[in-house]
Amino acid sequence: MFPILEKKEMAERTICQLKIHAPDIAKKVKPGQFVILRVNEAGERIPLTVADKNPLEGTIVIIFQIVGKTTALLRKLKVGQNIKDVVGPLGQPTEIEKVGKVVCIGGGTGVAILHHLTKGLFEIGNEVISIIGARTKSLIILEQEMKAISNELVVCTDDGSYGYHGFVTQALQEAIKKNPDIKKAVAIGPVPMMKATVDVTRDPYIPTIVSLNPIMVDGTGMCGVCRCTVDGKTKFACVDGPDFDGHKVDFDELQQRLCTYLGQEKESLLFSIK
Amino acid sequence: MPEQDPFMRVKNFDEVPLGLRADQAKLEANRCLQCPTPYCVEGCPVNIDIKGFIDKIREDDLMGAIKIIKDTNSLPAVCGRVCPQEIQCESKCILGRTEHPVAIGNLERFVADYERAMGVQIPTRPKPTGKNVAIIGSGPSGLTMAAEMARAGHGVVVFEALHELGGVLVYGIPEFRLPKEIVKKEIDYLKKLGVVFKTNHVIGKLFTVEELLNELKFDAVYIATGAGLPRFMKIPGENAPGVFSSNEYLTRMNLMKAYKFPDYDTPNPRARRMVVVGGGNVAMDCARTGLRAPGTEKVMLVYRRARNQMPARSEEIHHAEQEGVEFHLLTNPVKVIANRRGWVCGLECIKMELGEPDDSGRRRPIPIEGSEYVLDCDMVVIAIGTGPNEIMFQEGCEVKRNKWGYIDADAETGKTTMEGVWAGGDIVTGSATVILAMGAARQAAKEINEYLNNK
Repeated sequence: MFPILEKKEMAERTICQLKIHAPDIAKKVKPGQFVILRVNEAGERIPLTVADKNPLEGTIVIIFQIVGKTTALLRKLKVGQNIKDVVGPLGQPTEIEKVGKVVCIGGGTGVAILHHLTKGLFEIGNEVISIIGARTKSLIILEQEMKAISNELVVCTDDGSYGYHGFVTQALQEAIKKNPDIKKAVAIGPVPMMKATVDVTRDPYIPTIVSLNPIMVDGTGMCGVCRCTVDGKTKFACVDGPDFDGHKVDFDELQQRLCTYLGQEKESLLFSIK
Repeated sequence: MPEQDPFMRVKNFDEVPLGLRADQAKLEANRCLQCPTPYCVEGCPVNIDIKGFIDKIREDDLMGAIKIIKDTNSLPAVCGRVCPQEIQCESKCILGRTEHPVAIGNLERFVADYERAMGVQIPTRPKPTGKNVAIIGSGPSGLTMAAEMARAGHGVVVFEALHELGGVLVYGIPEFRLPKEIVKKEIDYLKKLGVVFKTNHVIGKLFTVEELLNELKFDAVYIATGAGLPRFMKIPGENAPGVFSSNEYLTRMNLMKAYKFPDYDTPNPRARRMVVVGGGNVAMDCARTGLRAPGTEKVMLVYRRARNQMPARSEEIHHAEQEGVEFHLLTNPVKVIANRRGWVCGLECIKMELGEPDDSGRRRPIPIEGSEYVLDCDMVVIAIGTGPNEIMFQEGCEVKRNKWGYIDADAETGKTTMEGVWAGGDIVTGSATVILAMGAARQAAKEINEYLNNK
């Protein structure tokens, strides 16, 4: 059992943050790694990236968007209640190296994952340009936190309600024009956003790391539901990733596989409110 | 043995064989000749005193019978159900030469079920030795080692990556072949022996083997992580939605209870026409699970060799046929065909013929040119075997492995190249049977005991 110590609604009814007591995981987890959790006995296993950790108090932080039954259940949990199973750390940590100037791009709740990485990149002395975006102002998360670990921060909204009016990819194009010396890009967010980012960084070429979000069950490499095609080869995102070279990922296949259970996801949600 | 009627049972996940009645068990036990040199014992990978326990059944001492079995086998209700007895104990039974062999598996199951119904006795715990053993993996091999170590008085901690204990017994073998309640009860027995179980612990990620020895101060480690890496066929279209590894399909249905969706949250893979590729027990399990899933109209099995070359237990093949699985033998998939939305809508196959024997001694299947045809289907499950999972070794583990990735351990003792570390079961041999994994653990246990007593 994994008790919840703190809970925060980051964007009303959409994005939620939980601090969970999981001392062994807190000691080991590195930026880019994730956990799999199961809320209760009848629950499903879902993957969530660890957004932050505090090994001294033995806690990890997860941030999630409420998109279906399990995330809704998770949001309903109160401080002091438990999550039945939390397993991790899983996946390969993101390679954090000093390259000079990097650009970190995050969309929606992807910013939660990006934050942990950006912190790592910033702390070892990279010059960090961060571009974060969401549909509208109320869905922007971690703005202050990102500001503290970036040399430059651009906030975008699709509807122009806050900051730069447009997609993160548009802001990225401008940033590349201004900073031809960008050595590396990291992009985390919905599949269409990552795909569009990679289209931008293809010419002029900037190595781009993406964090993939396929369906997972066990998260330990035993089932292959999270398989993705990278550079023409099948990879398991849970053990070989979730980070991959964005220029080599088959995003269309990923998007297609993500739709496998759309019907049943809806059915499950409707059944739970009946 | 009485069984559920095939027409009824394809609509439920209840166990198919119903078990022997007491009078049937007694009659069967009386068939045993009580050979002075019982060959059946040699045929059993953990060498249960078969003659001894059958004699107790003859004397109506069922508790005595179970006690004899549990001296060497801590999972009798499991083994009685899933062992391929026809190539083990029962294949050696002298009666098999003239009539049919004594139904040893059914008798083992009978006494184990009797004990469970009567309430399992709490075993007396031995004096603690002060030594501690870490076991990685709670499948059949890990559970057997746990029992052996606990009986010897060592402290035992079993680390399991999943949220449930039992390994393949809970995520792989379906409910209708091995009720999960039984696995739970057998594991409860181990808990009463003092074994500590830790779920949600991925060794290699949370702790490495080195850390178990050096920081967590275990005196010995037994690696029994199994062969849980699914193999795919590497044919075009294999990543289309609707194509599953057998591990994924069975994990969803068994471990996550997706067959009870939406009462359980994990979505169940649904098909109208399902194709299972492979000829082992796992393929049979997938096909039979598919028949029971709501909405399935037809299940087809595609296997590249001939029927008598199928590695599955004959009882499982028989059950699958009885229940209506359509067999496409000497057939091999070449391409997954997807519809406009990207979903599976067919599996292109090619007919095969048998050529010269290969390394395994079986005649090699060779494609017949121009014989391609398409099976109309909306789900494909690939059950062509598994390999060793890398996750435990990713962060570095000194244990030497062979070119296939399995642990290079001594065949007799399971000793690895690393001091204080043993390994057994599928992570050493590749996918084999439940009972062979248990046998490996029993053999390794002897040496670990010796090592610990001298340490």
